[in-house]
Amino acid sequence: MAKQISTFERRKERLDRGIKARTEGLYAISSWREVSYLLAPRAGFIIILFLLPLVVPGLYWQRVLALAGVYALLALSFDFLAERVGLVCIGGAFMIGVGGYISGALNYYLMLPVFLTIPIGTLGGALICTLLWVPCLPLRGIYFAVVTFMFPFLTQSIILAGNLFEGTEGLSPIKGFPNTWIAVYLIVILILLSIFGLRRLCGEDIGVVFAGVKDNDQAVFASGINVTRVKIYALYIASLIGCFAGTFVAHFSGFVGVSLFAVDFSIMPIAACIMGGPGTMAGPVLGAFILAPLSELLRGFGQLRVVLYCLVLVGFILFKPEGLLSWATRKYHQIEHWVKV
Amino acid sequence: MGEQKEAIIKVRNLSKSFGGVKALNNVSFDLLEGEVFGIIGPNGSGKTTLVNTITGFVKPESGEVFFKNIKLTGLPHYKIADLGVTRTFQVVRPFLSLRSFKNLIVPLWSSRARRFAGSRGGDRDAVAIDLLEEVGFERDAYVPYKLASALPLGYLKRLELARCLALRPEVIICDEVFSGLSMSEIASMVPLIERLRTRGVTLIMVEHRLRELFSVADKVIVMNFGEKLAEGVPEQVMQDEKVRRAYLGEEIKL
Repeated sequence: MAKQISTFERRKERLDRGIKARTEGLYAISSWREVSYLLAPRAGFIIILFLLPLVVPGLYWQRVLALAGVYALLALSFDFLAERVGLVCIGGAFMIGVGGYISGALNYYLMLPVFLTIPIGTLGGALICTLLWVPCLPLRGIYFAVVTFMFPFLTQSIILAGNLFEGTEGLSPIKGFPNTWIAVYLIVILILLSIFGLRRLCGEDIGVVFAGVKDNDQAVFASGINVTRVKIYALYIASLIGCFAGTFVAHFSGFVGVSLFAVDFSIMPIAACIMGGPGTMAGPVLGAFILAPLSELLRGFGQLRVVLYCLVLVGFILFKPEGLLSWATRKYHQIEHWVKV
Repeated sequence: MGEQKEAIIKVRNLSKSFGGVKALNNVSFDLLEGEVFGIIGPNGSGKTTLVNTITGFVKPESGEVFFKNIKLTGLPHYKIADLGVTRTFQVVRPFLSLRSFKNLIVPLWSSRARRFAGSRGGDRDAVAIDLLEEVGFERDAYVPYKLASALPLGYLKRLELARCLALRPEVIICDEVFSGLSMSEIASMVPLIERLRTRGVTLIMVEHRLRELFSVADKVIVMNFGEKLAEGVPEQVMQDEKVRRAYLGEEIKL
């Protein structure tokens, strides 16, 4: 693959490295060198995720890391729905809120322990999110996105107006994790499980059906499959990830209030996804782990941080629409050099 | 093949209009099991609307469609496909981001295909590649492994047929499978249609390519302005004065 540069004298030549097989995703491996060539980036990703909590300075940054993990899970869930199923669902804040309120309320009112509230909040929250979104499924593209985006505001208003769950006060205290280490590693492990689980799922036959729904839903209907049902499966899977993040936030911060429905949880995953590389699964996680600490560093600037998000978003959309991970993958698989023409 | 053939599809008084245009006006016909049934007519005569109403993609205003005494009208389109009444699209609808054989994983995943899946039910990839070979994808040339976006139209039309076949259909409604193909591509498509017929699949073919259609069709109806103009064996229909005037002009030589 050679890309023509505007000058006539020289052009950038791109050569595939030997291992890169003829078709995307299919490799013919013949030696340990080649195995490690393929495994290194994946193993590196896992190892770095595990090492991060050890190397960051102090408790404060560990907490930042855990919060970045929450955004990473949301970004992953957004990426899966948008890029693998074709459902643009900007409902991160809703998943966080529903998951958080369920596990928080169970802990606050019924004194259930954390290891019970998290699974109940995850499974039950995902069920509620999915059931509430099902009526919106006939909407397509941006219309579905807008409606899902409105759900958190709606719920927030209901909670405040009805003074439910202590209204503006919120539920506090919620029992936290025994220590920050457990919290951070819990979320790291969940991120890895989600990435590899989702990738495996997309490789299975149902993942192919998801891709079909994204490509051409009429043809899926003509294949005798109820597309709405397939979308419900996908929504439930994505909501599981989002609601787990919600229960995590509730216990991690020891507080459940309407701030769980903050718009950040809906918007930041999209920025992370675009920055990291849409459709790559690991990319959005990478994006979240860059954006969240960056936004902490710039906390001093107050609301100006939003300007930074926007600059990052616009910059990536304009100059690197493929995202960081796709760019890095290309660099890893291809040798580039200038040749004279 | 039994001696007494039953009507597998009964269309009764179908009507559908889009705004002021009567796309279908009181259309009725019977379709016998194992038959190849042609639907012809000038552009805009309601052929594709007929296909869409039978397969549930468009709801008719009045009239009914029966499949083996099951009323299809009112059923959602995926249920109709689930019963074994499948269709191809005139404008092909492949899953462009997927490899050709992965395109067939979607219909093979459907509950109808799973009901029919035998011992090889788990290995959908292999079944898909066999199906593609059946409709003329050369396995030796790795055509089944190509991305659907890299396939020429001839293969995409075959892919449409393969998607129907994956559902073990009883009826396939082909919406202009020959259109947009070169003469040689059409020539290689005709034996495929013949082969489907010998397997006992009932075929409805909406076509503009009369010569090829008449070489395979048992019976033909002619549509014009949403109405059924004539019905019968191809030769008989061609003699019909109304048909000549409305559709084929005054003189026709085949």
